[in-house]
Amino acid sequence: MEKEPNTTSNGMLGWIDERFPLSSFIKNHLTGYYAPKNFNFWYFFGALALFVFVMQILTGIFLTMHYKPSASEAFASVEYIMRDVSFGWLIRYMHSTGSSLFFVVIYLHMFRGLMYGSYRKPRELLWLFGVFIFLLLMAEAFFGYLLPWGQMSYWGAQVIVNLFTSVPFIGPDLAEWVRGDYLVSDATLNRFFAFHVIALPLALAGLIFGHLIALHEVGSNNPDGIDIKSTKDKKTGIPLDGIPFHPYYTVKDLVGLSVFLIVFASIIFFAPEMGGYFLEANNFVPANPLVTPDHIAPVWYFTPFYSILRAVPPLFNSQFPGVAAMGLSVLIFFFVPWLDKSKVRSIRYKGTLYKKWLSTFVISFIVLGYLGTVPSNVWGQFYSAIPIIGGSDVATIIARIFTVTYFLFFILMPIYSRKDITKTVPKRVRM
Amino acid sequence: MKNIIIIFAIIILPSFSFASESVKLQKAPIDLDDKKSLQRGARNFVNYCLNCHSASYMRYNRLTDIGLTEELIENNLLFTSDKVGNPMAISMKYSDAKKWFGAAPPNLSVTARSRGADWIYSYLRSFYKDSSRSMGWNNVVYKNSAMPHILWELQGEQHLNHDTNELKLAVPGKLSPKEYNQFVGDITNYMVFMSEPGQQKRRQIGYYVLAFLFLLLVLTINLKKEYWKNIK
Repeated sequence: MEKEPNTTSNGMLGWIDERFPLSSFIKNHLTGYYAPKNFNFWYFFGALALFVFVMQILTGIFLTMHYKPSASEAFASVEYIMRDVSFGWLIRYMHSTGSSLFFVVIYLHMFRGLMYGSYRKPRELLWLFGVFIFLLLMAEAFFGYLLPWGQMSYWGAQVIVNLFTSVPFIGPDLAEWVRGDYLVSDATLNRFFAFHVIALPLALAGLIFGHLIALHEVGSNNPDGIDIKSTKDKKTGIPLDGIPFHPYYTVKDLVGLSVFLIVFASIIFFAPEMGGYFLEANNFVPANPLVTPDHIAPVWYFTPFYSILRAVPPLFNSQFPGVAAMGLSVLIFFFVPWLDKSKVRSIRYKGTLYKKWLSTFVISFIVLGYLGTVPSNVWGQFYSAIPIIGGSDVATIIARIFTVTYFLFFILMPIYSRKDITKTVPKRVRM
Repeated sequence: MKNIIIIFAIIILPSFSFASESVKLQKAPIDLDDKKSLQRGARNFVNYCLNCHSASYMRYNRLTDIGLTEELIENNLLFTSDKVGNPMAISMKYSDAKKWFGAAPPNLSVTARSRGADWIYSYLRSFYKDSSRSMGWNNVVYKNSAMPHILWELQGEQHLNHDTNELKLAVPGKLSPKEYNQFVGDITNYMVFMSEPGQQKRRQIGYYVLAFLFLLLVLTINLKKEYWKNIK
């Protein structure tokens, strides 16, 4: 095979190119990577997610320099960072706000995928990489939340690790193995620290790399769901609807980044607790294994799944069905590429049936998310005279209904996506 | 579909009942720009609270943030420590405190963030005489609190009307109710400051950061327009 001359320049760049494919890398992934020209608002979030990831790593490194992963010192070391370390408060708030905004950005990114069919052939693997990243991100956030060693850190971890005890046969042993103790303790904190600062970030970095490689192999989808590679310029072979990622999307993403930073800075500097949603009030009380808080709620980004866990009734006195349902509510995203049987990719050309189901899903997700933050008796009880549901918590019944609709969005997808009356997809993208 | 929603609404709506009957909290007079109030609060806190409660995440010399000098702190506020750079610790042992009070008095460094200012302010105003308690005091905001009414000399003695659930000042204290409210208001204000001493600075920097970012946004929007003007 003849080696392609990969450089036209001399000097420093030429010297490097003879030893390392720098120019061709820049060409393949930036200046010569053609992205559809019709990206809209929803296409900011991938780049923003990457930005937040890098920021979490950087702020995390500085936090690690001052934080003490020990049950007797952790809480105090966080306060030390907040008070005595120069700009420690800024680094800590960037990290704590960053974790919440990471999920905001990722949820919007995933919703974009659902809207425009970004998981459809040939992007199935790209989607799978994404769901894996989401899974690991949840684990990363869960492990990280224990580290401040406040009451919510402690009891949140206690509740979630105890879920493992419901696994049939091996449950209690499994939970003990995860904790490294009979209850959440110093041993648990140490291993969670190890997972949080090295194991998962490393795995995440690898998966994000895979996600990007897969993306650049198949090319980006767009709001029209049209394959831009099917209409190319005859002479150059460049897609007519494509524009080089750099400079066009780098400058466009800078606008998105500026807006994101404004939101981010507003929270960090003026509302770092975000009304108790980003930093829970109870987490300013040091962990105490002898005092269980009245109300244990996970951080907002876990609450839809937590709601599903609480909504599913126990079977034979075992919480396992709830745990299984919660697990399935996340894992079910893996199957989406094969559940959608629609003739078209994008919601722009799908019929009302799909739109109604997607709206149902979004509403379910939001209601479940809200219910996960409050105690299940928040809306009182049904009159005991009402048959079947009489006497049970209103919020629990509502959560059950929305748990069902959450799953129906996925389970019925092969049926309604086939039945849905789609529109004709044009040849070229619309701006 | 509409009918289903209406039927559903009729079934649930009347059954909503809010059982939780929490005490209504009074609004605390928080003003972190009021240096005088913060200084009075620091003095009250050190004199009355910092004997049983520690605030060990807070260093004495951080009080320079509310306009005190190190000399002033050293001469007036250092009762439990000898160096101005030391944290606000106490000499009572945790295990002793637990034995004496039933529950060890918590570290108050970040209590304003966990309980909220209004809770602290209301709590300090809501003690009443209750001979059934070992310390002789009870509290409306935090029922059966292990803490005795440290400030009873100042506030006087309140009695609880168990029918109306209202507090009445039965024996007046050294301070008038208005003065007492200001006294505990200052403590609360100070505790809010202490829970995050850098918060004023944080907001101050925030305005500059946002101003810069809005400028950046204008720049990036124009940059994007410039590059994209030929894309149709």
